[in-house]
Amino acid sequence: MADLTTDFLGIKSPNPFWLASAPPTDKEYNVRRAFEAGWGGVVWKTLGAEGPPVVNVNGPRYGAIWGADRRLLGLNNIELITDRPLETNLEEIARVKADYPDRAMIVSIMVPCDEESWKAILSRVAETGADGIELNFGCPHGMSERGMGAAVGQVPEYVEMVTRWCKMYYDKPVIVKLTPNIADIRVPARAAKNGGADAVSLINTINSITSVNLDAMSPEPMIDGRGTHGGYCGPAVKPIALNMVAEIARDPATAGLPISGIGGVTTWRDAAEFMALGAGNVQVCTAAMTYGFKIVQEMISGLSQWMDEKGYKSTSDFVGRAVPNVTDWQYLNLNHITKARINPDLCIKCGRCYAACEDTSHQAISMSPDRVFEVQDDECVACNLCVNVCPVEDCITMETLAPGQTDERTGKVVEEAYANWTTHPNNPMAKAAE
Amino acid sequence: MTTPQRSDGLKPARLDPATLKQNFRDAYPPLDAHEATVAADRCYFCHDAPCITACPTEIDIPLFIRQIATGTPEAAARTILSQNILGGMCARVCPTETLCEQACVREAAEGKPVEIGQLQRFATDTLMAAGTHPFTRAASTGKRVAVVGAGPAGLACAHRLAMHGHDVVIFEARPKAGGLNEYGIAAYKAADDFAQRELEWLLQIGGIEIRHGEKLGAQISLATLQAEYDAVFLGMGLGGVNALGIPGEDKDHAEDAVDFIAELRQAEDLAALPIGRRVVVIGGGMTAIDAGVQAKLLGAEEVTIVYRRGQDAMSASGHEQEHAQHKGVRLICNAAPVGIEGNGSLTGVTFAYTETRDGKLVVTDDTFTLPAGQVFKAIGQTLSGAPDGLTLERGKIAVSDSGATSVAGVWAGGDCATGGDDLTVTAVAEGRDAAEDIHRTLMA
Repeated sequence: MADLTTDFLGIKSPNPFWLASAPPTDKEYNVRRAFEAGWGGVVWKTLGAEGPPVVNVNGPRYGAIWGADRRLLGLNNIELITDRPLETNLEEIARVKADYPDRAMIVSIMVPCDEESWKAILSRVAETGADGIELNFGCPHGMSERGMGAAVGQVPEYVEMVTRWCKMYYDKPVIVKLTPNIADIRVPARAAKNGGADAVSLINTINSITSVNLDAMSPEPMIDGRGTHGGYCGPAVKPIALNMVAEIARDPATAGLPISGIGGVTTWRDAAEFMALGAGNVQVCTAAMTYGFKIVQEMISGLSQWMDEKGYKSTSDFVGRAVPNVTDWQYLNLNHITKARINPDLCIKCGRCYAACEDTSHQAISMSPDRVFEVQDDECVACNLCVNVCPVEDCITMETLAPGQTDERTGKVVEEAYANWTTHPNNPMAKAAE
Repeated sequence: MTTPQRSDGLKPARLDPATLKQNFRDAYPPLDAHEATVAADRCYFCHDAPCITACPTEIDIPLFIRQIATGTPEAAARTILSQNILGGMCARVCPTETLCEQACVREAAEGKPVEIGQLQRFATDTLMAAGTHPFTRAASTGKRVAVVGAGPAGLACAHRLAMHGHDVVIFEARPKAGGLNEYGIAAYKAADDFAQRELEWLLQIGGIEIRHGEKLGAQISLATLQAEYDAVFLGMGLGGVNALGIPGEDKDHAEDAVDFIAELRQAEDLAALPIGRRVVVIGGGMTAIDAGVQAKLLGAEEVTIVYRRGQDAMSASGHEQEHAQHKGVRLICNAAPVGIEGNGSLTGVTFAYTETRDGKLVVTDDTFTLPAGQVFKAIGQTLSGAPDGLTLERGKIAVSDSGATSVAGVWAGGDCATGGDDLTVTAVAEGRDAAEDIHRTLMA
């Protein structure tokens, strides 16, 4: 069995599956259940400054979108940071950490953007024995209106400044959690690194309105006839999160900066994908909120099996393995020619590939009166849409033309050499091939 | 007091009222809203969908399923009903497993088609529960059309004609409209008086008058209808029943299955309906199955359906055959009746095994006798009393693709006419298409 033990910033956990700072990690009761279920670590739900805690709405806090059979695909929340007293949280954190020394215990923090506030809470958190802190620079709703959360995360100078305070007043690892509600995720990541961050974690939730109540004419979740934007998460955000993780992983300015991957991780495979793109571990929330803590068992067994199959001994063997293959469009090989192939034995004759290609693409699929669908190589640009809409897995595949074969669409012989846009004759900026 | 199942002779109340009620309730309970959403999610929205091609009324099935999936079952119902005004009944009685659901690509993919029939029922039930009728009549054309028979073909024809602004009079021999929907289909397929509820809903279009007790060849004649109306549509179904042509056929309790089914459908109290202890049904179609299953559900101890050819040649669908077997009805194939036994009252039926030799069915000398107190004959129905002057073909009124008969101004459809299978859905398609042709002709 592969060893799932993960060392992230020197913090050891029995597996790379941590629960993200969110409602599942708000209380001792939940966190104990999570550890009993097998989670490798938790990021405790965000603590605020001492004093009267924040209050939450008493109407709905979540909105959702669903796929077939009401499978939850995306979740939106307007819950704020913990609404329990700071003392209570600190006592519970200390107690749980003492009882589960082998699990990672990270404390998420969000206090007003001044040095004293941060200094004050950091010493209190240090007393709990927690393994590190995560700076919540991400929450897009509520707290950001008060100058915290995403309001900090969207200003790189603030990110750097607060990170520096934390490194000054706290001697364990500092993880900076980034908001995706920004044009270029690399900028706050660089700022965090410049401030001395030990790692970044991303993504926090995305600004969103999940739906509109067409009777009340109000966004949902609807609180007494009105709604506000919330933070979007769950399987639907995974592609956005993967890209942002990859951008930071391949940015020379932040190369090597440890990343904790967050955003729609639902299965072991999602976790492996984040890690292949450079995340040292992953944080999970929506999947646990949808299915309960038990899902970690599938994540553990699935990742183990896959690692065994691939011969990976530890997670560090594959973390970042896909990063070198993330490139800019201009470096993609334009001499790589593929054509769609429809397997008639697997085809169930639904005709979706035909409708997609005929109506919205390149008219490269023919349909016979008896519903046999065939790719017309002289029209197929290999867009892959037919593959994506086909309900039968592997019924339509993309076949690579070997060098020397002729692309019937262009009439050109496929070349063996790699050639990209930078050297393409149509590119006005093209450089001569060396 | 209930009569024990094992007492001989024809007896009512072999089962207690609660069991009878349970036996004759809706055979396939409708989907609830969530089930419908889940079922609708499975539709792939195929291009030029095979299910549409397989539907005799060519309902746009992917569209109506998408309308259900997106929370507008009423719009789905309109999609269905614009092609098939009896979409509610068809959702209940269509042999979907040999039509749309057989063609469903998910049948090919995983042996589990989208539940098209159940989804159609969900949509049409939703609309009918709202009590609204989604169609309106065009301005009056002043034309009058006579329709003979208030069965599926006649009703579909009448509704479409009324929509186009024509005035329609339906001449119906029986006391109730609906045709086989009312008299000829197993009760558990059209539970809760659905045929009459659907009829009332259909008539909301307006412009349709139904006159009962008017039988072609008796109270009315084709000649008078032609003289008094601008067009005539014949949809009177098949009034005759094939005879077995064997000794003893005239004995008491050797009955036509269609009569038994009609009597059962009209029974006020199922517990008052007598049924034999041992019942034999002769035939291999839907009528045989409906009679056999209902005999069993009424409390007959043994019900055997005997068919002269192999099981795969039965015109009842595999699904119906399985349903019968599931209810405890025994199927015997490759046996033909040669005599109805009994010295006085009926005691059994003797069959001879059959073989196919050189493509011909041959009765062998190998015989057996099934004890029975009641026999239902279900070996097919025939056209009776077709008006003179109409060209017949294979015993039915010959019609063109659009339902025109050999006589100008007279159209026909449904079971009495040539065309597709003898199914409700086929009758609806033929009635509808004939109405369109009548409309074109009258407005030309």
